[in-house]
Amino acid sequence: MELYQKTAHELQQLIAAKEVKAVEVAESVLERARQAEPKIHAFVTLAEEEAYQAARRVDEAVSKGVKLPPLAGIPVAIKDNISTAGLRTTCASKILENYIPPYDATVIAEIRNQMMVLVGKTNMDEFAMGSSTENSGLFTTRNPWDIEAVPGGSSGGSAAAVCADETILALGSDTGGSIRQPAGYCGIVGLKPTYGRVSRYGLVAYASSLDQIGPLTKDVTDCALLLQAIAKYDPKDSTSVNQPAPDYLQEMKKGAKGLRIGLAKEYLGEGISLPVKDAVQNGVKVFKDLGAEIVEVSLPHTEYALAAYYIIAPAEASSNLARYDGVRYGHRTSQKVSDAVELFMKTRQEGFGAEVKRRIMTGTYVLSSGYYDAYYLKAQKVRTLIRNDFDNAFKSCDLILTPTTPSVAFKIGSKTKDPLEMYLEDIFTVTCNLAGLPGISISGGFDNGMPIGLQMLGPLFKEEILLRAAYGFEQATDFHKKRPEI
Amino acid sequence: MPLNDYEIVIGLEVHAELKTDSKIFCGCTTEFGGEPNSHVCPVCLGLPGVLPVLNEKAMDYTITAGLALNCEISPYSKFDRKQYFYPDLPKAYQISQYNDFLLCKSGWIEVASGNGELKKVRINRVHLEEDAGKTVHSGTGILDSDYGQQDYNRCGVPLIEIVGEPDLRSAQEAKEYLEKLRTLLLYTGISDCKMEEGSLRCDANISLRPKGAKEFGILAEIKNLNSFKAVQSALEYEAERQAELYDKGEKMFKQTRAWDENKGVTVLMRSKEGASDYRYFPEPDLVPMVIDDERLQRLRNTIPELPDSRKRRYMEIWGLPEYDANLISGSRELADYFEAAVKEYGEAKAVSNWVMVELMRLLNQEKIEITAVKITPAALAKMLKLIDAGTISGKIAKTVFEEMFMTGKDPEAIVQEKGLVQISDSGELAAIAKKVIDANPQSAADYLGGKAQALGFLVGQMMKETKGRANPAMVNELLRKELEQRK
Repeated sequence: MELYQKTAHELQQLIAAKEVKAVEVAESVLERARQAEPKIHAFVTLAEEEAYQAARRVDEAVSKGVKLPPLAGIPVAIKDNISTAGLRTTCASKILENYIPPYDATVIAEIRNQMMVLVGKTNMDEFAMGSSTENSGLFTTRNPWDIEAVPGGSSGGSAAAVCADETILALGSDTGGSIRQPAGYCGIVGLKPTYGRVSRYGLVAYASSLDQIGPLTKDVTDCALLLQAIAKYDPKDSTSVNQPAPDYLQEMKKGAKGLRIGLAKEYLGEGISLPVKDAVQNGVKVFKDLGAEIVEVSLPHTEYALAAYYIIAPAEASSNLARYDGVRYGHRTSQKVSDAVELFMKTRQEGFGAEVKRRIMTGTYVLSSGYYDAYYLKAQKVRTLIRNDFDNAFKSCDLILTPTTPSVAFKIGSKTKDPLEMYLEDIFTVTCNLAGLPGISISGGFDNGMPIGLQMLGPLFKEEILLRAAYGFEQATDFHKKRPEI
Repeated sequence: MPLNDYEIVIGLEVHAELKTDSKIFCGCTTEFGGEPNSHVCPVCLGLPGVLPVLNEKAMDYTITAGLALNCEISPYSKFDRKQYFYPDLPKAYQISQYNDFLLCKSGWIEVASGNGELKKVRINRVHLEEDAGKTVHSGTGILDSDYGQQDYNRCGVPLIEIVGEPDLRSAQEAKEYLEKLRTLLLYTGISDCKMEEGSLRCDANISLRPKGAKEFGILAEIKNLNSFKAVQSALEYEAERQAELYDKGEKMFKQTRAWDENKGVTVLMRSKEGASDYRYFPEPDLVPMVIDDERLQRLRNTIPELPDSRKRRYMEIWGLPEYDANLISGSRELADYFEAAVKEYGEAKAVSNWVMVELMRLLNQEKIEITAVKITPAALAKMLKLIDAGTISGKIAKTVFEEMFMTGKDPEAIVQEKGLVQISDSGELAAIAKKVIDANPQSAADYLGGKAQALGFLVGQMMKETKGRANPAMVNELLRKELEQRK
């Protein structure tokens, strides 16, 4: 077994025991990435030099006998919408193609402090708007299980990189499912923490009230480790919550026994492919065998979630993306302009892709005077109802089990013509963001060789419950052990 | 019809930069000036991914302003994004407050109106927001410039907007209102209020209507008012202009105009027909502000006694004339100084005389602020006591005071050092009187011959002889006595 095939928890032991050097791990992973990239296209930027430097520092520390942080020396890939000082951060947009930030996001500062090895920045849908990376302004990432299929999105680059062993760990961001959906499509673990659990400082905003950074990993243990590393209160983020995180690894090991797992009919109705339904049924059986209790719950406002999401997210996006005007950084039109307004218009026309423009227009519309109450305000009210649904449901269960997506990864190009069809990809994942809850996707089966994701949603700040269930499931199944041939 | 037949309706929108050390949402300094773009960081530059963190002091100062302006303070408030594209606005939105859940609303202040009476002017709201940057044009103005450069030093400086109701009825009243606002903001110590540095800015809305009419006329907003005088002059000009247009029967339209200081006219900037849609929505990056009673009480306690109350006290209890009371109470520092001296001395009138005349004269002459004055209130009181004790005369006291002003020395020490002690010994003075009369026989003869004014000359001579130290109350008496003996 090659080093790049291992998990973080396996590698951390090897590094600590001095059996393997961090530089060797970095070499193995970077060599693998070089090999796989021509097929997968997961990375926007590979940071080889920086990665080796970081790895050498770990090895020096090991040789001096310094006590290392848990993930020291472990390679991690970062979605390209997280600000990295000195390292290009493009959001996969032409408008930021050459933007090099002068500051680190809080999670990046943590990663550096904890001596992880940042190997590169991963591809995504432009500004995290999409479910396939087909909206990337740079290129489309391939699903390692089938390079004709999408890896999911928007954190498709991070998911594909983990899946193809081009990194050990990755960070993504999730606004409506952007971690969980690609994790599901790639058969890996992806967790969206509770809103406020992880600092958003340095995460380039798409929809501020929904965005959250989270881990994409090969297994649940790695997920617990990486979440532990980033789940911290940050005074630089006013929406970050000062609530100490428990010891996730320890909690996780309690497993699924005794948990009450909710099944909501609203998430198991029409439009779901048979193999996905079977995977959920199989999941139920696994959990029962593990000693969990299955209960039925209802989330009656689910049908309005997608509409609410596609009002709130574009509204915030239209505001958040207004700053890309060509004045201070990023792309500026080279056409002759006669005034500032023309400069803004030409720059933005050239710099943004079609989906970003679509959402900016939608968002601008719903915030316009005379439409605000009918759209934005109403969507916020729906959001409250959805949150109430979950509050009620969690009175009778500890977590809710759903499919991550209605079916497995689709072929590249098959959904790009109709934006609405693409939006339906988010149908099971958006409620979690609207309600601020934590959610996880794990590998729960296969359909014709393509992974099926199982999603679990938990109460606010109860990531440990999701990890317990996921870990229990993983121990009882082999789905996570399968890796694609590349 | 003449301007007199119209009622002028004015409302002011005033922006004041708060005197916090750091900006509203980041740690950058708020210091005025500095090399362009030297007081900036990723947050105030709005770089991708940054988030704002509210400076609590800015919130405190806004509430303090609200309290001083008799506003209702909301127990719950929030920020909103006001969205528009402009090169000096790096996020393309300003974090501000929309109409709901304003920090402070429904206030009022009292302003002197033309007829010598006080008038209540309502304040609609006081809200907190961030300032924008500054565009430096390559030419003299926006139209003849090939390019503009941005300076973001000011971007993110906390700003309060004080929106007044249209209660003002003349340019003079508008100026009074603005001055009163400034006084109150200075009193509470939350802003420098320097119009020349832009820390106090004012836009004026003005419209005319026939006297007695209920409907408001069509208003013009006037910008670029960079001094108190500009506010008054621009409004006077604009009232005349609008009256003329009405008289000619021209169609009015809502517009924004700029005051041209050099030409003394307002010029059209833009029509307001297609009003901007700022697409306000709640700022998702900040959590709502909750203002509890404890905070409110703490801030209430920081507000000093305000000028109106002081003025009333000076007049009613201490018997100061209105002019003096007004001037002294108009500056917190001066009023504090004055009151400290009164407390030391025990009586107000003499203190106010010295403050109003000698102190003011020297402050103006030397161009220094009351806060930098070297004479402590205690030293002033001590000097007044020296006069009362007859140690120095009022005339000598002026010399002593000037010396105190320049050097900060103790009055007693100055008197000793310079030998300025008043001569009140009647024996000594009588001897001098004899000497003066002997030396000026003609004057003595004139006096005795019935020319009473000759005595004045002899008094002068006696003062000269004693270098002003002779007790003036005794001099006349002794001279007269001596002269009578020579009849």
